[in-house]
Amino acid sequence: MTLARRLALFWLPAYAAFYVLFLYAPVLLLPLFSVNDSATPTLPLAGFTLRWYSQLAGNQEMINAAWNSLRVGVSAAVLSTLLGICGARALTRYRFAGQRPMGALIMAPLILPEIIVGVSLLLVLLSFGMSLSLVTVTLGHVLICVPYSMVVLMSGFEGFDRSLEEASADLGESAFGTFRRVTLPMVAPAILSSLLVSFTISLDEFIIAFFLSGPDPTLPIYIFGQLRFAARLPAVLALGTIMLVASFLLVTIAEILRRRAARRTHTSGGLFV
Amino acid sequence: MTATADNARSQLAGTGAGRPLLHSEQAKGLALVSPTFLYAFVLLLLPILVVVAHSFWTQDYLTIDRTFTLENYRLALTEPIYQDLLLRSIFISVTVSIVTVILAYPIAYFISFHGGPHKNLWLFIIMVPFWTSYLLRVMSWKVILGYQGVLNTGLMGVGIIDEPSSALLYNTTAVVITLTHAWAAFAILPIFVSLEKVDRSLLEAARDLGDGPVRSFLRVTLPLSLPGVIAALLIVMIPTVGDYVTPRLVGGTDGVMIANAIQAQFGRAANWPLGAALSVTTMVAVSLVAATVVIGIRTLARAFR
Amino acid sequence: MSDRPMIEIRDVTRSYGTFKALDNASLTIREGEFFSLLGPSGCGKTTLLRMIAGFDEPTEGSIRVDGQPMIGIPANRRPTNMVFQSYAIFPHLDVAQNVAYGLKRLRLGAPEEKRRVEEALAQVQLAGLGNRGAHELSGGQRQRVALARALVMRPKVLLLDEPLSALDKKLREQMQVELRHLQQQVGITFILVTHDQYEALAMSDRIAVMFGGKIAQVDTPKQVYQRPVDRQVADFLGGMNFVRAQIVEEQGEAIVVDTLGFGRVRTDKPARYHVNGGNATLGIRPERLRVLWDEEKAKHEVAGTVVDRHYFGEITHLVVDIPGMEKPLSVTETNNFGADDIPVGAPIRLAYDPDALVALSD
Repeated sequence: MTLARRLALFWLPAYAAFYVLFLYAPVLLLPLFSVNDSATPTLPLAGFTLRWYSQLAGNQEMINAAWNSLRVGVSAAVLSTLLGICGARALTRYRFAGQRPMGALIMAPLILPEIIVGVSLLLVLLSFGMSLSLVTVTLGHVLICVPYSMVVLMSGFEGFDRSLEEASADLGESAFGTFRRVTLPMVAPAILSSLLVSFTISLDEFIIAFFLSGPDPTLPIYIFGQLRFAARLPAVLALGTIMLVASFLLVTIAEILRRRAARRTHTSGGLFV
Repeated sequence: MTATADNARSQLAGTGAGRPLLHSEQAKGLALVSPTFLYAFVLLLLPILVVVAHSFWTQDYLTIDRTFTLENYRLALTEPIYQDLLLRSIFISVTVSIVTVILAYPIAYFISFHGGPHKNLWLFIIMVPFWTSYLLRVMSWKVILGYQGVLNTGLMGVGIIDEPSSALLYNTTAVVITLTHAWAAFAILPIFVSLEKVDRSLLEAARDLGDGPVRSFLRVTLPLSLPGVIAALLIVMIPTVGDYVTPRLVGGTDGVMIANAIQAQFGRAANWPLGAALSVTTMVAVSLVAATVVIGIRTLARAFR
Repeated sequence: MSDRPMIEIRDVTRSYGTFKALDNASLTIREGEFFSLLGPSGCGKTTLLRMIAGFDEPTEGSIRVDGQPMIGIPANRRPTNMVFQSYAIFPHLDVAQNVAYGLKRLRLGAPEEKRRVEEALAQVQLAGLGNRGAHELSGGQRQRVALARALVMRPKVLLLDEPLSALDKKLREQMQVELRHLQQQVGITFILVTHDQYEALAMSDRIAVMFGGKIAQVDTPKQVYQRPVDRQVADFLGGMNFVRAQIVEEQGEAIVVDTLGFGRVRTDKPARYHVNGGNATLGIRPERLRVLWDEEKAKHEVAGTVVDRHYFGEITHLVVDIPGMEKPLSVTETNNFGADDIPVGAPIRLAYDPDALVALSD
């Protein structure tokens, strides 16, 4: 067997498997140590326990933070999806002057360091004497969620035969009727996917929330605060595990929906590709 | 009504608003994109401009003195501590981006060329961990790399080392490892996209003309995927330079990065203009480095043709 | 088919900056006519069709449908319906729902709607397929669904944008016949856009040949084919031999010319005749030159040598050098009598009917 074939048939797949392991292993440690019967996450493992989880149940501070995260997440998801629908449709359906620079600005948060985004917004808010709160956090989150919403929604709109909307108009439907009967059903899965992705991003996001939050913390801020106390680490790991599972579920559902949208419009859509 | 009257009326309309369709695509497109664009304009672009403005002012306790000054930049560029932080941050971001891209390329290649019908599934499996909280992932590295952490106790248990090593936590190495892990998946995506775009019949043509698989990879696939590689480098390099969480949790005193200093200016130190100057300096520096890297790669690629 | 004008296009221009997709086009299409817009890609035929449908507006000029000016009237309120090139079948609806789409607004009530849908499906030979999903249809079936969906609306005009281009040859030919029959059955005006000259010739009552945004000729298929108005139209509609000629004299509507190879010919003046330094171009179709066998004689003959031969199954193309003519003649002959066996290099005599020579504007 030649070197190349050996590479392709054995080493590459082995590398891929190892890579996936490398990606997942650190993340899987969280659930592992969240059920470990020891106050510190060291090896060897000390036995199974669920007490760290039960500790969480009565923790009012954490519950408040979770509630805050929920409110911010839902608001950010809705707002970013709405803005994403407008932007995605504009960029995929129409040609107009300034399209590319505008698109670039909207997508810029994807590539900018989050600290720059956070600091800029913070400075403006402070300069205007505005107080920081969950509202300011939401504003910041929408900024970084919109590019992801746009990516999902653009592929939802793009694969969609333009003449479908023209056909609907040709058959007598008004603009709103066309939107309701043709456009919306076709992009609905993409819209749901965008909502879920934005929500997940907002739920998990730390640094912008850190800069822009006032007296009410979000869950990641709460977790960060707890890290100072070594004794509380296992409980934090438990909370982290719950968040991991939630994110995983949300993203999986979002991907399934996105594939359904792609199938409807007959594109070969993949995750953000 | 005669045809000529019709004509006249429509010609008149053409000069005014009676022919909306002519400008309608332009107008509709602009109107539709405006909420999203204005949001980014008001909450991103303008604030960045405000930051730039602040970098030329000074702060006296709680009031901002708006006289133009380059004092902040002087501090940012000549103070040893900031120089140190800036250089280290750039070093870290360049290292992380290069390592990440090198590690990511074979995976992207594997999925694109050998993924078959399951390409999207592979991508999904790889991307999923990265939809979890960044904070949590950094935390898990802390757990791994710590003095009593998984790596140390594991290696001791197996007998490779006798006592825990502190070589892997609270220093630059820890930051690099953690960031490489954090960005691994994002680097795969752009490379994958550009590999997908490589026309497979080009490779068949190369084989037909005598190239073996390795040569056709080096002479056809690799050059054609270069835009993706460059994109991946940039996608990793630029955000990484401003990372705050990783240096804070696993960097200790040795692995502090510029973002920590910037944050301090907006917290206890209360020197917004300095924070602004540091931010601008960082962005300019990393853009210059990124441009150099890109030009370097392109020149190298051309030299090897 | 009556003489009543159904579509009136007057001096319509569509510009994009300095580029004119349509340049001062005028046309009248009659009620009940099967009318084709024929031309190469980019000639403006689709632009014109979309303007009739309402998806675009002229920069200048006017369009009337059934006497009503259409300016400012959006697509959804025009008495036209369109079959799109991609068929535009709604993927999230099944066949019956697709066909019923435009009926929903009319609120006919479920039984009447159902009846109409079934009637339309039967018309296009898709009876019973109402429950099929859109993705389960073949190309030909999708096309019929698009037709049914448009026809069920009972439009005054049916617009078809290259409806057969996505189908393979056999199916295309079959659909051409079916569409023609359908149009005659339903009796409404059909306007077809195509780049396929055979399609236009086979199906249409009249054809408008277009190039570069302008309408070159509007005529019946036979006239367009046999009496093309200029070289461009002649060339587009099929093979054409061009023969140079010198004008000898003008006789009212006719001219007498001297040709190289075909002698002196008297023929009608071309449509846009102007004195061109005494020169003219005549054209004769390859199939109007008949091979003379053995001792056969004809009233009008040319003689030459075969320089090339191509076999096409039903017919053979011969390339014949005629002394005195700078370009060889293309001859198409059926293979009934052995044209496919004529050896290259053999001498050959060709008969022609002088009426087949048509004078072309340049």
